[in-house]
Amino acid sequence: MDLSSNLILVIVVTSIATFASRFLGILTAEKISDKSKLFDWFNCVAYSILAALTARMVIFPAGALLESTLLIRLIVISISIAVFIYSKKNLVLPTILSFIFFTILSSIN
Amino acid sequence: MINHKYFYQGLRSLVSSRSPAIALACSFVALGALMYNAGFNLQQSVASSFFTYALPGQLVMTESFLAGASLVNIFLSVWLVNFRLYPMSVALVPILKHKSQPRWKYYLSCHMIAVSSWLIMKDTYKKIDKKYRLDYWLGIGCGTLSAAVISTLIGYLISDFLTKEMMIGLAVVNPVYFLCMMIGAMNNLKTIIAVSGGALLGPILYLATPEWSILIAGIVGGTIAFFIKDKKNGSI
Repeated sequence: MDLSSNLILVIVVTSIATFASRFLGILTAEKISDKSKLFDWFNCVAYSILAALTARMVIFPAGALLESTLLIRLIVISISIAVFIYSKKNLVLPTILSFIFFTILSSIN
Repeated sequence: MINHKYFYQGLRSLVSSRSPAIALACSFVALGALMYNAGFNLQQSVASSFFTYALPGQLVMTESFLAGASLVNIFLSVWLVNFRLYPMSVALVPILKHKSQPRWKYYLSCHMIAVSSWLIMKDTYKKIDKKYRLDYWLGIGCGTLSAAVISTLIGYLISDFLTKEMMIGLAVVNPVYFLCMMIGAMNNLKTIIAVSGGALLGPILYLATPEWSILIAGIVGGTIAFFIKDKKNGSI
């Protein structure tokens, strides 16, 4: 198989694997009310999974973040969270600042 | 069909002070550049963001492809890493449901479930009339999906101009955005326990089982939070 059609297959397979979870979620949710205990449980699990994913991204990163030290990541993230809290939960400021800070700190290192 | 007023209201979340646009732009620009370097062409990179629209899965796809993994292996690793979308959509659809809304809209809307759009919806849905929440959600979803697709295109085109330091800078924005949104959501004991539990268990379990750590941490952390009695606010 040539490279191009192989890449298309890879994209199709990835999209199906991803859509499966979303679609399965819709089917499961069909009979679930937003006042039920089951909904509550899924909600807690979803938040917990997102928190676990984010913590993993910071502490055991993959890709480009591997080139930075944990200390620098924690410093930049703490500053960004402080900006978020003191700016009445503005998200544009901390996201832009984190990029600028982190790029500069990575250049110095 | 779709209520325009609520659709635009959802779309406008992209230009608010809580906008996910910067975080989406940074992470998908980086993805576009990565796909360029991995040998995908422009159409393939843009199509990947449009049809998959889930960053961790697309990263796994690119890495597995470079490592020469088989299609079955790619399917399984992507499925595992994107399985978080399952509990997320079960925790989303019940707040969107209304008997006046046609089925096709639910099926269309499930493609737009991603961490950023989900967090915005959870943050704002209580202000929206339940009858029109699905239209509002489609607005958020179309906005975030378009931002992701356009950023992938830009990242692909400017990849030669991105220095290594800038790529590192881009990579930190997404976790910053997720963390801020989750801290914003921690206004009741259940969410506080769920988020802290997952954040603590995730990295610890990662040492034992990298592939399953996030799912296990989420189920354990979420179940502990579920059993916490919160008198002030029963549900999240």
